[in-house]
Amino acid sequence: MPSRGWGGCHRGNQMDLSLSEEQSLVVAMVRRFVAQEIVPLELSLDTDADELPREDYARLRAKTEAMGLYGLDIPPEYGGPDIDLMTRTLLAIEMSQHRAGLYAPCYGVFGGAGLAQLFEASEDQKARYLFPTLRGEKKGCFALTEPSGGSDPARAILTKAVREGDTWVINGAKIFISGADKADYALVFARTDTDRGRGGVTCFIVDTDTPGFHVRRVVHTLRAARYATELGFEDLHVPHANVLGEVNKGFAIANDRLSRQRIPYAAGCIGVAIKAHEMAVEYSKTRETFGAPLSSRQAIQWMLVDNELDIRNARWLTLEAAHRADRGEDFRKDAAMAKLVASEAGGRVVDRCMQIFGGYGVTKDFPFERWYREMRIRRIGEGPSEVQRHIIARDILGASLR
Amino acid sequence: MTKPWRKIAPDAFDALPGQLGVFEFADDGEQVVYIGCADARSRFGLRSAMADALIRCPAARGFRIEVTTAYRSRFLELLMAYRAERGAIPIYNDAVPGLGRLSPG
Repeated sequence: MPSRGWGGCHRGNQMDLSLSEEQSLVVAMVRRFVAQEIVPLELSLDTDADELPREDYARLRAKTEAMGLYGLDIPPEYGGPDIDLMTRTLLAIEMSQHRAGLYAPCYGVFGGAGLAQLFEASEDQKARYLFPTLRGEKKGCFALTEPSGGSDPARAILTKAVREGDTWVINGAKIFISGADKADYALVFARTDTDRGRGGVTCFIVDTDTPGFHVRRVVHTLRAARYATELGFEDLHVPHANVLGEVNKGFAIANDRLSRQRIPYAAGCIGVAIKAHEMAVEYSKTRETFGAPLSSRQAIQWMLVDNELDIRNARWLTLEAAHRADRGEDFRKDAAMAKLVASEAGGRVVDRCMQIFGGYGVTKDFPFERWYREMRIRRIGEGPSEVQRHIIARDILGASLR
Repeated sequence: MTKPWRKIAPDAFDALPGQLGVFEFADDGEQVVYIGCADARSRFGLRSAMADALIRCPAARGFRIEVTTAYRSRFLELLMAYRAERGAIPIYNDAVPGLGRLSPG
């Protein structure tokens, strides 16, 4: 597909539409890895699988380590590869171009940073949580959203933490928490000052085997494989040494994550859209109706044109957000625009591709139905479209809309 | 799963739906001995997945099913809930690497 050659890098103050030589090499390497290692493996997996058999995972992880690309989100000082966010975004676009790619890009064989907030932890906390996580010995989860609301965490956090000497006692509940049932520790956000809104939230590192930490139930969603959980805290005692950052400054920790996450989140949507579009282009040339290929029909051509426009639009905005972040500029609005446009455009592209494939498009023989379900969630996860518009509007108007 | 048990007879599975979903087998005492799921690779959904699984469950006498498109997360949930209650997964189930922990409380 012609548009695949378009990448984007920055030279000076200008965005350049061509990839640097280094970016071209690494993008080509990951594209080949997806095509040769990931896509063939998916033929033997359940269509909703989001994990590889252990031996395949170990084999492929060894390959990404040999490629020098394991732990893409780990800062170089902690052993990760030294790549900028622009290149990371280009790779995220490539890594998502397979059936499980939206929520399990390459089934995690490129590793992850775990919970990025831990890079700001104290030395003691790093030793107990960060380093074991980077070594693959511990898993963490991020527990922010509550039944009272997710889009306005500063006000919706009703989970309370009360200090008793050197210990905090936490009571409350969380919902839509991924990975809590398998996690060794959780970053739990709780209200420590009821009068201070976002200035009254603290982040605690909580060992999940602490008495009072309950994974109440699985929350089933449109995703068949990966699920969220509901948590309950009953007189959960956490030592003061497990406060991450400062007391009453936990919201900044949560907020920083939410902005940063939006760029790779957007990139995943673009990758899936590219793959779906690529498949639809090929199919339209070979599938015949009434004696002529689908691609000869204007109705199909216009769908493909709209796909192309959606993909390019989303990719431009996403790479621009990455570009600004790399330059150390404020990218909150840009990340919101990227997330908003990519998640909505990705949904439209997958929908059109399903339409082009007709009955086959909705079967589990093809990946569209999974992408369709999962792409719908992307308009809600990491801040719904309406919140992204709220962020953009606030920036345009230069005022708080609260 | 709280549905009533149905007896396993030679033709018990013939009329089952070909849809995707989860199922349980129980012994004479209505104790769960196997939890399974019919995933997208099954030839005839629950019908064939249960017939295939029955071969490995000689003590199975009863079954119950649940049709669901969230077959994988529901399957894992049933296993986790069983383990939370009994301390181990059902006797005929293979270990599931990385199975999560539930504590319904």
